[in-house]
Amino acid sequence: MTGTRRRSGARVVLLVAALVLLVGVAVVSVGVGAHAIAPAEVVRALLEPNGSSDHLVVRDIRLPRAVLAVGAGAALAVSGVLVQVLSRNPLAEPGVLGVTAGAGFAITVGSALGLTASAAGELLLAVLGAVAAALLVYSVGRGSPLRLVLTGVALSSVLAGVSLGMRLLLPDVFDEYRFWAVGSLAGREQAPNAWPLLVIALGVLGALLLSRQLDAIALGETTAHALGANVARVRLVALVLITALAGAATAVAGPILFVGLIVPHLARRLAGASVPWLTAYAAVLGPVLLVVSDIGSRVLLPTGEVPVAIVTAFLGGPVLVWAVRRYGAAPL
Amino acid sequence: MSAVVLRRGRFSANVERRTLLLVAVMALAVAGLGLLGLCYGATWASPAKVFEALGGARGGSNVVIREWRLPRVLAGLVFGAALGVAGAIFQNLTRNPMGSPDVIGLDAGAYTGALVAITVLSGTSAQLAFGSVVGGVVAAAAVYLLSLGGGLSGLRLVVIGIAVNATLTAVNSWIVLRAELEVAIAAVGWSAGSLNGVDWADLRIPFAIIAVLLVLLVARSSAVHQAALGDAVAASTGVHLERLRLQMVLIGVGCTATVTAVAGPIAFIALAAPQIGRRLARSPGIPLLPAALTGAVLLQGADLLAQVLLAPVPLPVGVISTAIGGCYLIWLLIKEVRRT
Repeated sequence: MTGTRRRSGARVVLLVAALVLLVGVAVVSVGVGAHAIAPAEVVRALLEPNGSSDHLVVRDIRLPRAVLAVGAGAALAVSGVLVQVLSRNPLAEPGVLGVTAGAGFAITVGSALGLTASAAGELLLAVLGAVAAALLVYSVGRGSPLRLVLTGVALSSVLAGVSLGMRLLLPDVFDEYRFWAVGSLAGREQAPNAWPLLVIALGVLGALLLSRQLDAIALGETTAHALGANVARVRLVALVLITALAGAATAVAGPILFVGLIVPHLARRLAGASVPWLTAYAAVLGPVLLVVSDIGSRVLLPTGEVPVAIVTAFLGGPVLVWAVRRYGAAPL
Repeated sequence: MSAVVLRRGRFSANVERRTLLLVAVMALAVAGLGLLGLCYGATWASPAKVFEALGGARGGSNVVIREWRLPRVLAGLVFGAALGVAGAIFQNLTRNPMGSPDVIGLDAGAYTGALVAITVLSGTSAQLAFGSVVGGVVAAAAVYLLSLGGGLSGLRLVVIGIAVNATLTAVNSWIVLRAELEVAIAAVGWSAGSLNGVDWADLRIPFAIIAVLLVLLVARSSAVHQAALGDAVAASTGVHLERLRLQMVLIGVGCTATVTAVAGPIAFIALAAPQIGRRLARSPGIPLLPAALTGAVLLQGADLLAQVLLAPVPLPVGVISTAIGGCYLIWLLIKEVRRT
């Protein structure tokens, strides 16, 4: 593979370029909306706010939303990397494996029981749901990558069916669930998101720290043992990180599929076979994808907004087709 | 494994005993579920009454059985079988249990076609059917053309199918969001997949199309079995592989799109039926018949449950098919883990 021989210098330059791109799209994202604000004005609002309405809009509404998009994008993309490396399955992502569905379902049940009063409670529910789903899917599907995906899809559809039935029985829950059913950043910027964002930051950091050991595991179990990696412990930690990241992202933005699938495919073109670089690129490219999608969600409908999950799928599909055609399915 | 040779004139078939037994049991299950479906309704009809009605007796309740319940029961049977066959075809072509038509975007494409028919045209049932067949064929063609170059190799086609599926699903949601409220509600209701209210007028043409497709499939089944032995074996026994694959794709797309046109996208039958059928039959090769029968049992059972569960409110059968099919698949996977 050419990627493995790519020199670190080139990788650093590419990573910095990706970061610059992220800052650029974030500034554009803060400027775009029902009331457009010029990039120069956005920068001024951030550096020297003068209390004008434009500056208030930037600081109180659009900036938190951009931060949310960055956090959710990083969480989904990094957990996608972890899932793909761990399962050695380029088709795997938290959404495909039912982890996101588990988090969403836990929130539905929780809201039916009145447990979602606080943001921390919501986060806890989402993570618990994600953990339960991950444990179930892993215990049933371990051993074969395809069986893992099959189990995840089966679980997702069971949960989707059950929650649809619940929604028909309990219209109030349905009303609450609609908010979660489509991943969207709209209207969530005002919620207290400090806890989920902190969890995401710690999760991404943890993934970066763990990525060296994952690199060893990616070479195969026997090799990993020979290299001195504790395979069982690394797997456990990776599972914890995956569920925490996917659960936190679902808690702040609802189920957004596809970011975890598409971003690792793109990042692998830049990072080659190195898991640490893969994780770093994913942590930057995931936010880029979600911020761009969030911009799209605000301009695609003449009235109102398209949920961002629809835009990620719309953008992600063609990109994935391109990646598969250009580079093959990139088995791990 | 012991095998039985069936012979009639110049036709003969070598069938494994287990498969034969399975087919017999499944056929019984289909018949039993069918009878149950004819009995169940707003008022319960005894089996004797059902046979009387099928025999052509006059009277109000007989008309209900013949004109309302019978088409629904037959739709469950035929559509379930069609979905099972379509799933088996695609999973074999892609050599991947994920490669079923609902995963690789054919359902989504058929739905897109139907949505265009609903929102742009006036949305008559003929337009709906035409739109969804065209949508399904276009989606299949797109997946096929995009994955050319690497051949129809499994993983590549499935990944591209998932990508196409995601894009089309996004387009579908976007169309629904843009549409007028009434149109949107109708479209979303249809999207769950339901056999509520189908009658003979809806079914004649779809049944004819599916019958033709299944006859074509049976005619090609020996070539399919040879192809399953590997490309080299197939080519050396005179099977034109590319042509066979194209024919199979067209039959699978035809089955999926026809069902979607009438009942909406009924998820999961096509994914689960071949898997369940293959595991029950434990036969190597291509389990077309077990897949068809399993599909029929699944869809009929799911439709009955959909009617019973929240009676008198009829649930869309798609809701049940996803939940039941998924649970059963998980159970089978658990069993397999224990065995190995």
